[in-house]
Amino acid sequence: MLLSSWWDVRDLGNAVSGLVDALQDAGVPNGVIYSIAALLGCLGIIAFVGATAVINIWVERRLIGRIQVRKGPNRLGPFGLLQPVADAIKLIQKEALQPKSADGVVYSLPPILIFIPAILAFAVVPFGDKMVLADLNVGVLYLLALGSTTAVLIFMAGYASNNKYALLGSMRVIAMLISYEIPSVLALLGVVTFAGTMSLSGVVDFQDTYWSWLIFFQPLAFLIFLLGTTAELNRTPADIAEAESEIIAGFHIEYSGMKFGLFYAVELVNAMGLSAVIAVLFLGGWWTFGVEKVIPGWILFIGKIYAVYFLLIWFRGTLPRFRMDQLMAFAWKFLLPLGLINVLVSAFEVLLWTEYDISAGVILPASVVVNFALAAVLIVGWSKLMMKPFTDVRRRPHLFNEINVPLPGEATPEPAG
Amino acid sequence: MSPLVLDARVTLEQVLIVGAILFSIGLYIALTKRNAVGVLMGIELMLNAVNLTFLGFARFVESPRPIDGHVFAVFVITVAAAEAAVALALVVAIYRFRDTIDVDRINLLRW
Amino acid sequence: MVIAFWTLAALTLGSAVMIVLTRNLLHALLCLILSFVGMAGVFITLSADFVAVVQVLVYAGAIAVLMLFAIMLSPRSGRDNAANMLQLPALVLCGLFAAGVTFTVIETDWREASRGSFDTTAEAIGQALLSPFVLPFEIASVLLVVAMVGAIVLVREDS
Repeated sequence: MLLSSWWDVRDLGNAVSGLVDALQDAGVPNGVIYSIAALLGCLGIIAFVGATAVINIWVERRLIGRIQVRKGPNRLGPFGLLQPVADAIKLIQKEALQPKSADGVVYSLPPILIFIPAILAFAVVPFGDKMVLADLNVGVLYLLALGSTTAVLIFMAGYASNNKYALLGSMRVIAMLISYEIPSVLALLGVVTFAGTMSLSGVVDFQDTYWSWLIFFQPLAFLIFLLGTTAELNRTPADIAEAESEIIAGFHIEYSGMKFGLFYAVELVNAMGLSAVIAVLFLGGWWTFGVEKVIPGWILFIGKIYAVYFLLIWFRGTLPRFRMDQLMAFAWKFLLPLGLINVLVSAFEVLLWTEYDISAGVILPASVVVNFALAAVLIVGWSKLMMKPFTDVRRRPHLFNEINVPLPGEATPEPAG
Repeated sequence: MSPLVLDARVTLEQVLIVGAILFSIGLYIALTKRNAVGVLMGIELMLNAVNLTFLGFARFVESPRPIDGHVFAVFVITVAAAEAAVALALVVAIYRFRDTIDVDRINLLRW
Repeated sequence: MVIAFWTLAALTLGSAVMIVLTRNLLHALLCLILSFVGMAGVFITLSADFVAVVQVLVYAGAIAVLMLFAIMLSPRSGRDNAANMLQLPALVLCGLFAAGVTFTVIETDWREASRGSFDTTAEAIGQALLSPFVLPFEIASVLLVVAMVGAIVLVREDS
């Protein structure tokens, strides 16, 4: 890539590195240069987050409207494009009521603090070739840790409201978040095993080196992580914790005005953040089979984020809401074993690749075929296996069927079969 | 040079002293809280302080394999998680039987 | 780096002291979570990135949630974060302990290493877990299974 001029928009990191070089030549101390570069990166990310939070309000409502065979908001401005502005004005001018028995500081902090994990997730995501704010060596693990801190903040919000429904909603959210963390971890473990590194830009480099997206190597991990993400974002079909018809909005019942506006915005920012993670890990980030030499990589990346976000909105518009016990059973009995088997098979493939020195040209296409077959077989077969206790009328263990001995409490032996 | 002077580096003594203070605060919490979950909070603080000491030693002290400090810290975190799970299960079970989790009142081995 | 270390250490120690002083058990738990996150920051200043992220993931993400559920399942009357009668002797003991350790630390001649900070610890930890430390690794996994089964059995209602 010929990125020699600082105005070349294909790699926005160019401008920052040009500025850093100029400052270093001028003799500014290293700490100051580092702080300025970090500040510029933070400003970029906050600008991106703010812009997408506003745009996504319109995107989501319009798209869900179209999926539900109705027009979305179309009154304010052309195609309803001023809807986010109207929403913001409405939320700002509302009175932020605080219940008298709500716990003062603990009530006011969660709307502000919950932005922190949402924005921090963008710090490790590579937008372009050298456009990462913090290229952490443990980037994948860092993203998982951020997801688990959100659970504590949601509990704070629910508890401090001094409202039984809020507490119930927040307990449900925590139970669901910690249940869906484990399959997500296992899916990402499969990805990390293949890529050999936990840093997100390292994963993109792996996809660049072997000329293919990781979704082809790890289809099962993609599906597991997508479903885990849907549950962690509390979106339909997994939004039992904040469903308006079930529990009257769950943990943010008692929040009104801009505090509720912050919760609403954080939901959208979280959705963007996790879509960005999926796009980086599975869809190649800024790398798109060489197209990023023509169109800037970060534009393609934002396009991929919106593609995954479109998938999430599609789920929301199409699927009904699941019950709490159905969601838990899905996480523990379906996604977790599939994740484990995926890790096992991926580790075996990487073992064949590295220890026995089978060349990448043989092992990678073979692993694509094997992984896709495995995904298909497991999804169909495991779901049949999980359905079996519900379709089998006589729930005897198989051994008893063969030996034909009466169970304790039964009089006569039943016929075999 | 006194190790407590603030020069341009963090020294081993400073890390260890911070760990010691944290450990003693955790010890105080574990000894004086009346609630069983409060005692557990003190224990977790003590384990954190120990982790800090291990990592300080791994970073600053000459050794043939400095990563051992990090491995110890990971094991301490693992064991602390297991122990917290069992301890909190005990707390819930005791509450079911004795209707209290005040550690001063749970003082009979059989009742 | 020095500023970062001392700021985070002050945050951790401050929230640890707040656990003692606050009047509500749930506020104490929130201060505990803050001190866990502060400790993770201190770990990062000691260039232990993997352990810091594991600390946030396990301590602030899982153990804190466990304690939360345990507090929620326990009586409301016990949530006043009271202290028992051992306050003064415990204070003396802890003060003596901290003073003793500080004295020992300052007087000992540590073999300071000349190397700088670590680059990446995750791979080295992985290698160490599988070659010299494989037996504790396996025993730790057995311990976790035992703890999980034990906790479930203890909490299960006899049906």
